[in-house]
Amino acid sequence: MTTTIEAPALERHAAPYRLGRADGLATGHGEAGPASKRVVVAFGFWIFLLSDIVMFSAFFAAHAVLQTATDGGPTGRDLFNPTRVAIETACLLASSFTCGLSALATDARNHVWTQAALLVTGLLGLAFLSLEAQEFAAMIASGAGPERSAFLSSFFALVGLHGAHVSVGLLWLGTMMAQLFVKGFEPVIYRLICFNLYWHVLDIIWVAIFTVVYLIGEGR
Amino acid sequence: MNLFGNLSWDALPWNSPLPLIAGAVVIALCVAVAAWVVLAGHLPYLWREWITSVDHKRIGVMYIALGLVMMLRGFADAILMRSQQAVAFRAEGYLPPEHFDQIFSSHGTIMIFFGAMPLTLGLMNFVIPLQLGMRDVAFPTWNSTGFWLTATGALLVNISLVVGVFSRAGWLPYPPLSELQFSPDVGVDYYLWALLISGVGTLVTGINFVTTILKMRAPGMGYLRMPMFCWTALASSLLIVAAFPILTATLLMLTLDRYLGFHFFTTAGGGNMMMFINLIWAWGHPEVYILVLPAFGVFSEVISTFSGKPLFGYRSMVAATLGICIISFLVWLHHFFTMGAGGTVNAAFGIATSVIAVVTGVKVFNWLFTMYGGRIRFETPMLWSLGFIVTFVIGGMTGVLLAVPPADFLLHNSLFLVAHFHNTIIGGVVFGVFAGIAYWFPKAFGFRLQEGWGVAAFWLTLAAFYAVFVPLYMLGLLGMPRRMQHYDMEMWRPWVLAAMIGVVLFGAAMICQVIQLVVSIRRRDLLRDETGDPWNGRSLEWATSSPPPQFNFAVTPNVAGEEPYWEIERRVIASRQNESGYEAIPMPRNTATGFVTGFFATITGFAMVWHIWWLAILGLVAAYAVFVWYAWRDVSEEEIPAEEVARIDQIHRKRRADRLARHSDAGESA
Amino acid sequence: MQPSHFARRRFTPSSRSVATLLPNASMLLLAGCSGGVLDPKGQIGAEESKILVNAFGTMLIIVAPTILGALVCAWWFRASNRKARYLPDWVFSGRLELVNWGYPLLIIIFLSGLIWVGSHRLDPFRPIASANEPLEVQVVSLDWKWLFIYPEQSVATVNALVLPVEVPVHFSLTSATVMNSFFVPQLGGMIATMPGMVTQLHLKADHIGDLWGLSTQFSGDGFAGMGFSVRVKSKEDFASWVDEARKSACDLDRAGYAALQPESRNVRAFAFRSVAPSLFSEIVRGELSLQKASESAGPVVPCPEAMR
Ligand code: HEA
Ligand code: HEA
Ligand code: CUA
Ligand SMILES: [Cu+2]
Repeated sequence: MTTTIEAPALERHAAPYRLGRADGLATGHGEAGPASKRVVVAFGFWIFLLSDIVMFSAFFAAHAVLQTATDGGPTGRDLFNPTRVAIETACLLASSFTCGLSALATDARNHVWTQAALLVTGLLGLAFLSLEAQEFAAMIASGAGPERSAFLSSFFALVGLHGAHVSVGLLWLGTMMAQLFVKGFEPVIYRLICFNLYWHVLDIIWVAIFTVVYLIGEGR
Repeated sequence: MNLFGNLSWDALPWNSPLPLIAGAVVIALCVAVAAWVVLAGHLPYLWREWITSVDHKRIGVMYIALGLVMMLRGFADAILMRSQQAVAFRAEGYLPPEHFDQIFSSHGTIMIFFGAMPLTLGLMNFVIPLQLGMRDVAFPTWNSTGFWLTATGALLVNISLVVGVFSRAGWLPYPPLSELQFSPDVGVDYYLWALLISGVGTLVTGINFVTTILKMRAPGMGYLRMPMFCWTALASSLLIVAAFPILTATLLMLTLDRYLGFHFFTTAGGGNMMMFINLIWAWGHPEVYILVLPAFGVFSEVISTFSGKPLFGYRSMVAATLGICIISFLVWLHHFFTMGAGGTVNAAFGIATSVIAVVTGVKVFNWLFTMYGGRIRFETPMLWSLGFIVTFVIGGMTGVLLAVPPADFLLHNSLFLVAHFHNTIIGGVVFGVFAGIAYWFPKAFGFRLQEGWGVAAFWLTLAAFYAVFVPLYMLGLLGMPRRMQHYDMEMWRPWVLAAMIGVVLFGAAMICQVIQLVVSIRRRDLLRDETGDPWNGRSLEWATSSPPPQFNFAVTPNVAGEEPYWEIERRVIASRQNESGYEAIPMPRNTATGFVTGFFATITGFAMVWHIWWLAILGLVAAYAVFVWYAWRDVSEEEIPAEEVARIDQIHRKRRADRLARHSDAGESA
Repeated sequence: MQPSHFARRRFTPSSRSVATLLPNASMLLLAGCSGGVLDPKGQIGAEESKILVNAFGTMLIIVAPTILGALVCAWWFRASNRKARYLPDWVFSGRLELVNWGYPLLIIIFLSGLIWVGSHRLDPFRPIASANEPLEVQVVSLDWKWLFIYPEQSVATVNALVLPVEVPVHFSLTSATVMNSFFVPQLGGMIATMPGMVTQLHLKADHIGDLWGLSTQFSGDGFAGMGFSVRVKSKEDFASWVDEARKSACDLDRAGYAALQPESRNVRAFAFRSVAPSLFSEIVRGELSLQKASESAGPVVPCPEAMR
């Protein structure tokens, strides 16, 4: 390691970059080199989820601003059906739980249980979606669609955005289950991790929606 | 319901010759280029080596090419605007408002989203993995997809030139003007879909870079050894991740308003237009730092290299960069002091804004002290950097002036504001990109750019800049607002005419740039860079050959050790003198995923603009199919065998050694 | 003034080089602005432009040496200068860091004081202290013209703002169309006009004479033609102008307003002799939106000669 071709500066003891510390060891962090693929994928996906949460925050902010802008139309109290929302919430929370179970099964490399847990997750997600669709359809039919007022616009957009995320998740889930069935764990293992993250984040966002939109909206 | 939605022959600009001719010329050019590519048999090469490439260097070069072409388009718009104003004194000029309004809107949109953004992302793509000692970025396929989605947006904006119209609501479409009620045509829709699609691309790229920089660095590359450019790129990527979702959300709301009758920002139904203005600037202000931070990084590299010194006050620089990053989210209200928020709010945001001057000032002073005690070589990248310091400081100062609310009450939305942001964007971002291109060009292509024409381009650009924008500052002080299609104030006229001269100078500067490129390509054998280190730089990218092999580094450099990053390159080269441990390198395989996704995104976007629902659905389904197809492939990597790696590396080493030997011979005899 | 000569004299120095630019630019800044925001004709404008110039001067204290320093430094340490010292290891200095952060910080602290005080004192909502009773003016931006209502006088004008000298004016502003911005450069105090909202502005004109105003927030195809004249008159002349306006043939009732609403460009100024009392608040509440207004309008006659 001593063959220097043109680096006289190396020999100087007063290294220009002592980076403030007296011992002169410019070590810093990240010594070990590139992280494993698993870490990189999960990390990247986390960053994506964070950005998604930022997008949701913009819709939450819009809803907060427009919550009272009913333009003489119906308010949340007139429209929301607490029972249905409670069932929706239960479905989603349960699906988050089964999703967690699928991760356990994946860790054990157990095909049957993984598929079963994913299937239940998907079905619960589907139930959630159909309840939400019913709610939307009923509101629109009663003349309380998104065109009615800014409040309803923000409601449909925020809740609908979450619903769209759930739909995309289901599509993804189905594709992955097929892949798992055909090809086994190897190619989908990272995707399963990411899906878990995704599904839990959707759950958290739903809890926020439940609180901000339905509970507070109900109180108005 | 029509099969083609709202699209009909009337969408073509039959009765306005200017866009028709321009469009025809552009289409003819594209067809000609495409025909040439196909007939000369370049298509397979292009497809294999570029279009489907996931190599960050190739993608970087494509980003930069896209950015330059779009800047040219934006420049054409600028010429139109300035010449219209030059003749529109107490007259209609040659551009009726319907056209003029499209032109400033598309100029701003194109320059920011499809000129400046691709240029900075391109530099980041090319440089970061090389500087941090990596084989590629964290998600190469997403990287390619991000690029093609950006290209999709650019394409959509340019399609609007011929089919239909572009937005007439400015580069940030304030409602209610941009709502269906006041802008019923497809212009705003083109804007929305172009930005929604390219916004996703940018976001993906941002995520990619955050992950890459935080998780993929070579062994030993601690945070405080990263070159400054990587720090600024990291800051910029973090801003992208935090800010672009806001843009997407805001534009989605406007889209819902326009397509489904929602009432986010409408005047009726309880909508709140001020919410749009708040949201868009919550993205918009960070956006300007997304653009300028990487440029700051370029200057840090260039000034230190050409002064023959490490960067002064590295830690301060890092702190300042992160400071800008954070503060940039706390100042958005300075874009609408005149909306009547009240004294305390205005004052708070004004003060927060001017604090950015402190952190930016730290950077400027550190560049100064980097030059102090250096041995400065005035090659083109350094010239751009000096031009930058002088110009940007002026632009920053006028920015701080605008941050003083009472002053902003006089200058908001005037040409003074226009001059301010061109002062920071051209003096900061554009100069930075030009410096970066000149600096890393030899790394990318293996030969330097010719000096003479570059120097000429620099001086002409500098002169042109002042010739255009000093008059605009004056006009702002004389009360002239932006976006005036015609005017009848006598006292503005001389300055308007003066600015026109500046545009001519800009044209001359552009011509110099193009000539420089042509001349350099023709004389590439003379300008060849054989050592891989043409400027005596000291960061890692200079330790590999020019152009670097596909895998960047034959052996992942280990930079753990005592010497600072300024010496990293030396250390890595030295440690590799008697290397034998070559190993096979797995590299990501090329894939058409990005290109195909972009293709279908274009179709979907176009279909949405014209309400051709079946086509939009088809595009979405196809996009899903691509996703599944991609998910289904078995082998995502291919190996480059160890012998091949060894062979390529030996060639580079030999060339470098020969060159150095020749050099020292010459040195002794002299 | 002959514009072309004027132009040639003024712009040549700026296109030459950076070094000669600065002094010229700042000289021009002060000299070349009669008729602009640096040539105020009213109290608010005067205070604002004073703040502008003060802030500019404050920043020059740090910016000018910085630019100069950069150029001198680059020149002195050019590689070919044998006399310059080469300090390749000089990369950190605690004392200089202190200056780096401290110097701009000082300037900004000073500037922050300016911002804080200025923002509060020149808050557009803040009434102007004066011995004179303030005049009420209601402002409505339309496509693409300005409507000025004098509720106390019960007259109104389009594209002409007439003000008594030295009387503080309280503007209430809204928009019947998209967002616009009301601005009289020589009186200062730009403020947005927005549909469904009312902004407030206080101005005072201190000199008799003719000024001009315009919209600064782009509002569509006719935006460039939204200039209006501003005539500052003595109190007596103002009173006689009001009498004059009362002789106009036009009434600003619902029908008159409905006739104003359709898009029109480069509208010549004219006056209304009467104004429906609650018109402004109805406009703000959106009760006179385009369709509704034209429904109630009946035959649209009011002021055809004025609307080209
Ligand atoms: C990145 C951003 C960017 C850039 C670079 C520019 C560059 C220029 N702009 Fe632009 N401009 C905006 C962003 C930008 N602008 C925005 C956001 C607006 C507001 C829009 C709105 O109102 O909504 C605006 C508005 C705007 C106006 C305001 C109109 C008005 O409101 O009245 C004017 C008027 O003169 C103008 C002029 C110019 C000119 C003369 C240039 C010149 O500097 C152009 C010169 C060209 C270049 C510096 C790049 C060229 C480089 C190449 C061509 C590459 C060379 C080729 C090879 C090497 C192969 N611009
Ligand atoms: C790359 C782009 C870029 C950059 C870097 C900046 C940098 C800054 N900008 Fe600018 N700005 C824009 C692009 C940019 N801006 C655009 C596009 C718009 C308008 C868009 C539109 O409306 O269409 C805009 C508009 C804009 C406004 C709104 C004005 C209005 O609408 O009325 C304001 C107001 O505060 C502002 C302020 C600033 C400040 C304080 C900085 C600071 O970051 C500058 C800091 C730098 C310095 C100050 C120089 C160096 C410092 C020193 C040498 C230290 C000493 C100096 C002092 C103590 C003063 N900008
Ligand atoms: Cu109300 Cu802006
Ligand atoms: Cu800003």
